[in-house]
Amino acid sequence: MEIKVTAPLTKEDAAKLKVGDIVKITGTIYTARDAAHKRMIEDYGKTGRFPFNMENAVIYYAGPAPAKPGSVIGPAGPTTSYRMDSYAPFLMDHGQTGMIGKGARNGQVIDSMKKNKAVYFAATGGAAALISSHIKSAEIIAYEDLGAEAVRKLYVEDFPAIVVIDTEGNNLYETQKAKYRTL
Amino acid sequence: MRQISTQKIIEEVKKMCISSNCNLNSDIYNALKEAEKTEPSPIGCEMLRQLIENAGIAKNEQVPICQDTGLAVVFVTIGQEVHITDGSLTDAINEGVRQGYTEGYLRKSVVKDPFIRVNTGDNTPAIIHYNIVEGDKLKIEIAPKGAGSENMSKIFMLKPADGIEGAKEAVLSAVEAAGPNPCPPMIVGVGCGGNFETSALLAKKALLRPVGSHSSLEHIKEMEIELLEKINKTGIGPQGLGGRTTALAVNIETFATHIACMPIAVNISCHVTRHAVCEI
Ligand code: SF4
Repeated sequence: MEIKVTAPLTKEDAAKLKVGDIVKITGTIYTARDAAHKRMIEDYGKTGRFPFNMENAVIYYAGPAPAKPGSVIGPAGPTTSYRMDSYAPFLMDHGQTGMIGKGARNGQVIDSMKKNKAVYFAATGGAAALISSHIKSAEIIAYEDLGAEAVRKLYVEDFPAIVVIDTEGNNLYETQKAKYRTL
Repeated sequence: MRQISTQKIIEEVKKMCISSNCNLNSDIYNALKEAEKTEPSPIGCEMLRQLIENAGIAKNEQVPICQDTGLAVVFVTIGQEVHITDGSLTDAINEGVRQGYTEGYLRKSVVKDPFIRVNTGDNTPAIIHYNIVEGDKLKIEIAPKGAGSENMSKIFMLKPADGIEGAKEAVLSAVEAAGPNPCPPMIVGVGCGGNFETSALLAKKALLRPVGSHSSLEHIKEMEIELLEKINKTGIGPQGLGGRTTALAVNIETFATHIACMPIAVNISCHVTRHAVCEI
């Protein structure tokens, strides 16, 4: 079953998504990874503002490779999400409703997701060239000095992902692993 | 003395940085294809299908397979009859990396200091390992390594009493702890013996071996086969989304060690285990 998801993502739409849903995301999302998260939160402490509207925002944990001349963006697969775990609850408390990355999350993130009605999607790690073909525009909107780690505003069409943790805290990594474990 | 100019080295390193990042080696590509045929999990199968399709796009368009084009790890085997002309060998390798990462549109993923994290802008310095041998040849191997899987690697300073069973348990525990994070299917490099740093280097070198190859030592070969089987029973599966294809290979290298030591290093890698070689 393939489900269309629109970004920005409202809490109501987020709550409809269930673990294991295979989705295609269309709309505006933002890239941010380690250094950008750190800086966004520090800057918010000083200015009370984020570099983009955090309300209903979907953040893609990614640092793309440089674009070849004539392309919108270079290969841009997900980076490992747990490195953002210490920052994610703060952003969800300020309106973020979607995270796209890969790999496990900690208990605080999952609690915050339940509280704030946010969803965690996995994109296919290592499928960077394939994923980039779904990115139709890309623009650096903050922290250009961070290079690959700058915050980019992306317009994506049918971006392929899977709901791995839903707003109720169900975790696909755990259920699927148990299903195929024969050790 | 055979003379080799740094110009030649710069050129070769540059080419290998680009080619190893854009072309998935056939041993891995074929292993993915094989796994897709036998993977029982539908989601797992779809993940493998995407990785195969992705490798095709990367090759056709000559763009990196993965955006994390890694730290440039370089193994240099230099014959003692070789004389490098026109500058330093280390500088030449770094210059090759600089040019390769710039001209090849590869991501610059290196920061100057672990705490003051300013990007060096050209993916240098490379991590270079030198080995001096007899002869007049220069062999350069390049294995750019992404951080998602590197971060899941571990060293265990086991006791001799832990034996081969203890070593297997250690490897398995590292893989279980890594779970979905290193973009499974993984390639697992294991270094047994030596001391603290040698085991880690052996584990890295083990990743240079093709998927499907085995150690020439019978007990190590058995260990490789058994560990791969066990890892593929953990249920982790492609991308950690469940299934039987958790690893494509377990490659183990060994070295002599101290009477009191049994270091076991596990260098976790992903399907984008890059490796290019040239001999000058
Ligand atoms: S672990 Fe491998 S496939 Fe995954 S992001 Fe890193 S380099 Fe890419």
